[in-house]
Amino acid sequence: MGKVIVVTSGKGGVGKTTSTAAIGAALAQRNEKVVVVDFDVGLRNLDLVMGAERRVVYDLINVIQGEAKLSQALIRDKRLQTLFLLAASQTRDKDKLTPEGVEHVIANLRKAFDWVICDSPAGIERGATLAMRHADAAIVVTNPEVSSVRDSDRIIGLLDSKTLKAEQGEPMEKHLLLNRYDPTRAATGEMLNVEDVLEILSIPLLGVIPESMDVLRASNIGLPVTLIANGGPTSKAYFDAARRLSGEAVPMTIPSEKLGFFGKIFGRKAA
Amino acid sequence: MTEVLTDTQPIRLKGRSFLALTLSPEPPFDLWLQRFDDLVTRSAGFFLQRPVVLDVAGSEIGREDLRGLIDQLGSRDVRILGIEGAPASLLGPDMPPAMTGGLPASDCGAPEGAPEGTVIEADAGDGEAPGEALPSLMVTEPVRSGQALVSEGDITVVGQVASGAEVIAGGSIHIYGTLRGRALAGARGDTRARIFCRKFQAELVAIASLYMTSEDFEPGLHGQAVQLRLENDTIRAENLG
Repeated sequence: MGKVIVVTSGKGGVGKTTSTAAIGAALAQRNEKVVVVDFDVGLRNLDLVMGAERRVVYDLINVIQGEAKLSQALIRDKRLQTLFLLAASQTRDKDKLTPEGVEHVIANLRKAFDWVICDSPAGIERGATLAMRHADAAIVVTNPEVSSVRDSDRIIGLLDSKTLKAEQGEPMEKHLLLNRYDPTRAATGEMLNVEDVLEILSIPLLGVIPESMDVLRASNIGLPVTLIANGGPTSKAYFDAARRLSGEAVPMTIPSEKLGFFGKIFGRKAA
Repeated sequence: MTEVLTDTQPIRLKGRSFLALTLSPEPPFDLWLQRFDDLVTRSAGFFLQRPVVLDVAGSEIGREDLRGLIDQLGSRDVRILGIEGAPASLLGPDMPPAMTGGLPASDCGAPEGAPEGTVIEADAGDGEAPGEALPSLMVTEPVRSGQALVSEGDITVVGQVASGAEVIAGGSIHIYGTLRGRALAGARGDTRARIFCRKFQAELVAIASLYMTSEDFEPGLHGQAVQLRLENDTIRAENLG
């Protein structure tokens, strides 16, 4: 039986889809059977980031409405044999997501995969609440800035009230993924630092992912960050996060400014 | 036939929060009713003016039994405000409405030995101590953004109150942590209510409906352990050492 993870945040644009693809690919590279599911109906992006946008025939809504079988809708990644994608619909909207439909799909995915990673849409409405409903654990993606932190706090409150686990009185495993961390700006106080965010959100830290140019380049070519050959610190940080998610004790590396010789002259940070 | 609106003035719809006593009947229901009668004789008048909600979650009660129970309670002068935890098939237009979204509040203790003819004052508006202690709410987890804690009595939070969260108490508020959200004490008019917190970073505080927002606070109080109380219609803040 697989584990269902929801990648959520409340705030939009913080890196949920990027992180879903990166962590999904990292787990698949350890030979685990992984499916990443896009819950952002009408504004789907996971298929783009996974490089599968030209192979989507059937989607989650087709499966819920009985127009296609789950096996017809699952798209296998061309680079990793054990990584699959269940895309969202682009032409319909979240009203087509039904609680019974989602329950049925998740139950079937759980039987076939080790990890079911649900990419939640932004917000606190139906799409987000249905994405989190059947989760065993949650990754709360947060940027180190005030509005993202407050929205993440709100979504943590919803994880403790609107999920099946909450209704059954069981605690939901929550992990903080601090994304787009820029150590220089944290040092000058423009961005919140790791301790500030942890103090406000009070959930265990899964990883700190540094800001990087790699991410935009990768999503433009449909490559999850952890599939970049000789990936840099961002890719490594995602691999470490995936290992921690699997239960390994990996020491936490907080990205720091590294001013080498040139850095001191030109004032730019490495990585 | 087209209907013409006689008046374009909108009807005012407001949301209000009330604390209701919840009864959870257990089968066999005739035995439960006997125990209930026992409680009523020991505490005459306790239920007379109280809004009562029936919680039937998990009791698998049938429609006929529920109707019978409501009638039986009605003949004992207990008026049911609503039913919680009932599937939609159980309720109908002749039954009290379904209630959802109930928040746990402190359990109301059974009124043992209340003297005959005591009517418990539902509104303690003048701040005078009522005939029985008000229930107090103790929360040991952080209060997350968007959540609201409501109690008629005191509220104690062992943890922090996030920005965008609200704590609304009829009595005093004690926060053993950082207050980043809103705290409204003495919400039913008790001017003696106070607010205490370990780290003061509140967005808004109010005591007995007199409020102050963060821009009106003295800057020296930010991040300090603080006590807030009402004095001559102004909120005074003091460092708690």
